[in-house]
Amino acid sequence: MALRAQFENSSDVGVFAKLTNSYCLTAIGGSENFYSTFEGELSDVIPVIHTQIGGCRIIGRLTVGNRHGLLVPNTATDQELQHLRNSLPDAVKIQRVEERLSALGNVIACNDYVALVHPDLDKETEEILADVLNVEVFRQTIAGNVLVGTYCVFSNQGGLVHPKTKVGDQDELSSLLQVPLVAGTVNRGSEVLAGGMVVNDWCAFCGIDTTTTELSVIESVFKLGDAQPAAIATEMRESLLDSMT
Amino acid sequence: MEYMTANEPSGEGTILCCECGRAITPNPANMCVACLRTRVDITEGIPKQVSMYSCKSCERYFQPPTHWVKCALESRELLAICLKKLKGLSKVNLVDASFVWTEPHSRRLKVKLVIQKEVMGGTILQQTFIVEYVVQSQMCTDCHRVEAKDFWKAVVQLRQKVTHKKTFYYLEQLILKHSVHRNTLNIKQHENGLDFFFANVDHARKMVDFFMTVVPCKYKTAKELVSHDIHSNTYNYKHTFSVEIVPINKDSVVCLPKKLAGQLGNMSQICVCIRVTNVIQFIDPNTLQLCDMNAQTYWRNPFVAIADHKHLTEYTVLQVERINESERKFSAGHGAVSKKHLLADVWVMRTQDMGIVDQQYHCRSHLGHLLKAGDTVLGFDVATSNVNNKHLETVRQDTLPDVVLVRKIFGDQKKRHQKRKWKLKTLAKQEEEMSVDGAERDYLGFLEDLEEDPEYRKNVNIYVDRNKMVPVEASGSEEDEAPQISLQEMMDDLNISDADGEEIEGAAGGAEMMA
Repeated sequence: MALRAQFENSSDVGVFAKLTNSYCLTAIGGSENFYSTFEGELSDVIPVIHTQIGGCRIIGRLTVGNRHGLLVPNTATDQELQHLRNSLPDAVKIQRVEERLSALGNVIACNDYVALVHPDLDKETEEILADVLNVEVFRQTIAGNVLVGTYCVFSNQGGLVHPKTKVGDQDELSSLLQVPLVAGTVNRGSEVLAGGMVVNDWCAFCGIDTTTTELSVIESVFKLGDAQPAAIATEMRESLLDSMT
Repeated sequence: MEYMTANEPSGEGTILCCECGRAITPNPANMCVACLRTRVDITEGIPKQVSMYSCKSCERYFQPPTHWVKCALESRELLAICLKKLKGLSKVNLVDASFVWTEPHSRRLKVKLVIQKEVMGGTILQQTFIVEYVVQSQMCTDCHRVEAKDFWKAVVQLRQKVTHKKTFYYLEQLILKHSVHRNTLNIKQHENGLDFFFANVDHARKMVDFFMTVVPCKYKTAKELVSHDIHSNTYNYKHTFSVEIVPINKDSVVCLPKKLAGQLGNMSQICVCIRVTNVIQFIDPNTLQLCDMNAQTYWRNPFVAIADHKHLTEYTVLQVERINESERKFSAGHGAVSKKHLLADVWVMRTQDMGIVDQQYHCRSHLGHLLKAGDTVLGFDVATSNVNNKHLETVRQDTLPDVVLVRKIFGDQKKRHQKRKWKLKTLAKQEEEMSVDGAERDYLGFLEDLEEDPEYRKNVNIYVDRNKMVPVEASGSEEDEAPQISLQEMMDDLNISDADGEEIEGAAGGAEMMA
């Protein structure tokens, strides 16, 4: 199910929220509308937590996480960390990292198994990432951009990459991630994908500007709708099989 | 048979247009061109219908703020004016502009423009569209002035109060030579001179300055208030420059004021004017003494001629006795003496009295180098004439000569004109109804003067008359002695003669014949 949402007149929902398969973080806004959108959809299954990191609302760009854990930058205060520990399920590990590239959400993109990271990320951070999130780490760029966390979004079902990504690169990435990828946009042609949407295995939230076409692309590649498009399965099959052999 | 796989050359994949879902190559807006078009209009802010002004009578187009430009339909100049009229064009990149044909009488111009503009973060859109110009008629300021009959701002009134116009003919040639009349709107002939009309005071002033340098004259200025605006403090004047040329011509006999004659080196009071250039040149026929008088000296104590061309009588020379330099007597403090003239005692007889009255006159003359027995000369009969001149009255009667010889006559005027192989140009002027008797004769007289005086014709452009190249052997008759202008001094006229009679400078000068 893909929904449209907006945070205080901004359609960059990926900036103000973090969604994984076991928890959801939302920024503290002036009104509860944004929170309510998430809560209404997710509260039966996973906790939806109000939080801030280092006093900032841009939690989606500062943190990175999946079903297994959550990494926060060193700007996060002890109090915030304590609040998160109290709110998150017990199975989720939480770890603060000393990383120069402190906007972790911009430099790391991950699902429950694989993470793509900025080529200049610290070795230590990489190790922490592999330990806490329980993922395999690859240093990559997306269409020449080092901010892999900004320009691609993927779940365990599928992924969306920067529209300028070459076909060959898409194939390579999808064999790394073992999920089908497609180039696309959110928020009416915006290529800042992670800024415009958040996604987990059964649900996606996009900016209010996202068009129907974009929404249908998102639903089909993340396998959110009821009807699974056959085209993508057949198209992606080759690269999947290729990487398996 | 194999299918060819269409590989993307750049390796870039396709994405779906975020609006319509069409597969497109990614661009900065990530929209297909059609969707982009519907969302943004790059021609926004550029007017699609513009009015421009053209003057109906002179068919010029208005180029703001003040210019009126003559340009043909579908010309580059017109396109430039059209594009300047479009306001929003500075914000876009103009790629191409061209005219779309329209019926000339429709008073519409259509310009097809191709513009480019960057939209939505880097996408450059190109669009072609047509702007329609409605040509509205508005009279231009120049035509407006002509219609209102007040098209001139300044007038130069050139006057010489004499009966014949030799100085004028000379001045006309100077004007033509220096193209001083280039800026005139109109030249009008008057009883005693010419009026030159100008649209600009400065042009008039320039012409007056020119007159002041080439002929002895004085001028007065006046201005008439046409209109004024008390709010903007602007005044609209018409300026008049009244230029008066000294009323003395070549071949006039004058009687100088006694005091002036004394100041000029004890000349005798009765003198003959031999030349009028930027100064008046007098010669004393008794002593060959010369004097150059400039306009200032003249206007300080003005005098008039006691005899001009009309009053001269024809005489036949009976005997000439040249006087050697040693035999001349000079008064004390005499001025420059002419080296070009010869003093002579001449006995003459009135031509019309020949065989009827046997009366001879004796006189001293400066024409000794030209005269011989049997020649005809023009002279002023002092003894029998009745002249009212206050300066002449001061001259002692016994010192007055009987006759003052002025010039030699070289053959018949008509015959000389037929033999003339050259011509002059004339100013195109608006003639007024006036008595023209004698105008022809005056003009021929002027031409003769040019032939006889090389110094006089120095400042005049003389053109070869190709229509009248008389065979040389045909003129073997008795009038051979008449002075002529050599071919070296003439110019070849260009056939590209302007309707205004305007001289094409440089071209004519360059064609000077070097025979």
